[in-house]
Amino acid sequence: MTRSAVIGSVLAALVLGGAVAAVAAVWRPAIGAIDPSARQPFEPDLVKRGRALAAIGNCSNCHMAGAGKDLAGGVAVPTPFGTVFSSNITPDADTGIGRWSEAAFRRAMRNGVDREGRHLYPTFPYDHFTNVNDEDDRALYAYLMTREPVRSATPENRLSFPFDQRVLIAGWKLLFLRRDTYHPDSSKSAEWNRGAYLVEGLAHCGACHTPRNALGAERAGAPFAGGDVENWRAYAINADSPSPVPWDADALFAYLRNGWHPDHGTARGPMAQVAANLSSVSSDEVRAIATYTASVFGPSAPDRRRQAEMVLAEVKSMPDRALGTNAAGASIYAAACASCHDSGRPVPYGGINLALSTAISSPDPRNLANIVLSGVTPREGERSPIMPGFASSMNDGQIVALLNYLRSRFSNRPAWTGVDQVVANTRRTQMPPLRTAAGQGQSHVEPAQRDKP
Amino acid sequence: MMTLKVNGRDHQIDAEADTPLLYVLRDDLALNAAKFGCGLGQCGACTVIVDGKAVLSCVTPLMLLEGKQVTTLEGLGTIADPAPIQRAFMDEQAAQCGYCIAGMMMRAQALLMRNASPSDEDIRNELEPHLCRCGTHMRILRAIRRAAGLMNRADLSSEPGAVR
Repeated sequence: MTRSAVIGSVLAALVLGGAVAAVAAVWRPAIGAIDPSARQPFEPDLVKRGRALAAIGNCSNCHMAGAGKDLAGGVAVPTPFGTVFSSNITPDADTGIGRWSEAAFRRAMRNGVDREGRHLYPTFPYDHFTNVNDEDDRALYAYLMTREPVRSATPENRLSFPFDQRVLIAGWKLLFLRRDTYHPDSSKSAEWNRGAYLVEGLAHCGACHTPRNALGAERAGAPFAGGDVENWRAYAINADSPSPVPWDADALFAYLRNGWHPDHGTARGPMAQVAANLSSVSSDEVRAIATYTASVFGPSAPDRRRQAEMVLAEVKSMPDRALGTNAAGASIYAAACASCHDSGRPVPYGGINLALSTAISSPDPRNLANIVLSGVTPREGERSPIMPGFASSMNDGQIVALLNYLRSRFSNRPAWTGVDQVVANTRRTQMPPLRTAAGQGQSHVEPAQRDKP
Repeated sequence: MMTLKVNGRDHQIDAEADTPLLYVLRDDLALNAAKFGCGLGQCGACTVIVDGKAVLSCVTPLMLLEGKQVTTLEGLGTIADPAPIQRAFMDEQAAQCGYCIAGMMMRAQALLMRNASPSDEDIRNELEPHLCRCGTHMRILRAIRRAAGLMNRADLSSEPGAVR
């Protein structure tokens, strides 16, 4: 062989080998379709357990379509790369997952591949669901397969090139799909371990509370350091938590269970649905989540605790609040906010004293702008906080004045910058005000109106 | 001293900037349709229209109304010549004790001004912030549907741009 022929065959071998490796990384076989009518019935207990797990996994929040059909998907999820639509996970044979076997479902949860072998976008948080064990996947499958089938085709994703090429997801998985995020720890209690399993797995708390990198993956080096979701800030739930009073397991339990806590206020935005779901599962599961999450926050530093005690003492003594230099903000506060927030009535009958508000101590004013514009929706059939929105009575300038006043009056942090931009943006993407759970089917605004995170 | 525009008239008001609009309407201008219910913006009884939008007057400080047009129920119609929304509520006997009704009518009016043919779901969602302890909700729904019908018919005969 000539020298060039040798080089040629080596090159050919390399290309072939590379191609084989690439196919191995990318290609996934289809898993055979099953006949939905031939599926064996499920044990009622298994279905019941699956329902509780689906609530912990918050499935319905993304898989609820505009028409309000639970689990029928079609919800537009904005991403920096375009819009991804959640799929129909009812057992409809043609538009849902009715032809999926349990093995196909488990593969989707664990590896992010659908029955036909296509890679799924990580908008579906399989980077967490990969930690869900076989037993829980079986219960979830039983729950989903016993829901009412809804015929509703999932819209095509609207992603820009090259992100519309699913082959890229295989590369993303090689880079970012870690399977080592949940470690049982025998030195910790069973409760802690259950909590770790749920928080790192099915409950996928980090999907919102961990910041993401440029390729949309959770940053491994900054777990629970705070992220963005649907024009809200998901606060840091580690040592960087902006909460004026440090969280502990008891407070977390009450908050996750009831949707509010007297020292922390109300779950709002996407977190409201999480808390609503957790109110329906066994208190042991919520206690486990609270116990593990408290350890994620870590013990609070002595100076932080001292500061919290000062704030709590001040709240109790209710000092007269000086007007400060922002007369407009102070006047709005006095007439529009103080009757609830300075009343001394405990949450949920009164508003939280704003010195305790995490929204006001947050690194950015998005959550506060959302609340002031849209208010806080009460939960149907229970005592829960309520607040009217002020979008109709205040213009952007007035809301900016109020937000700046609240920040300087009720937190010891530096003034926010770019508040006017945030307020304008929030008004544009504002959720319809005051929806109850019954009307929640429409709580998602048109994708075009939404901002990319 | 500030100028407050209510029902098409200018009023000179001498009050602190943080005085709730409701107090000025009732105490200074003797416009008593808007009611004090909870004082917290949670019941809807104090609702008035400001520049076309329903606003809770008990939590709206005077200073936010500079240059804006406030409309109360008194500005919609009179006993002799009720507005379509008022006529519809009377025809359907939608009031029992009536305390919440002025606020309900104002928010319904604001809804019908921007959506001439709301669905039942639209009406229910819009009226969500309003409490009625008598329980005339079904009559209120009927009254708002009837008002929509009256207004749509009136639109055909009256000149464009008429307030009601």
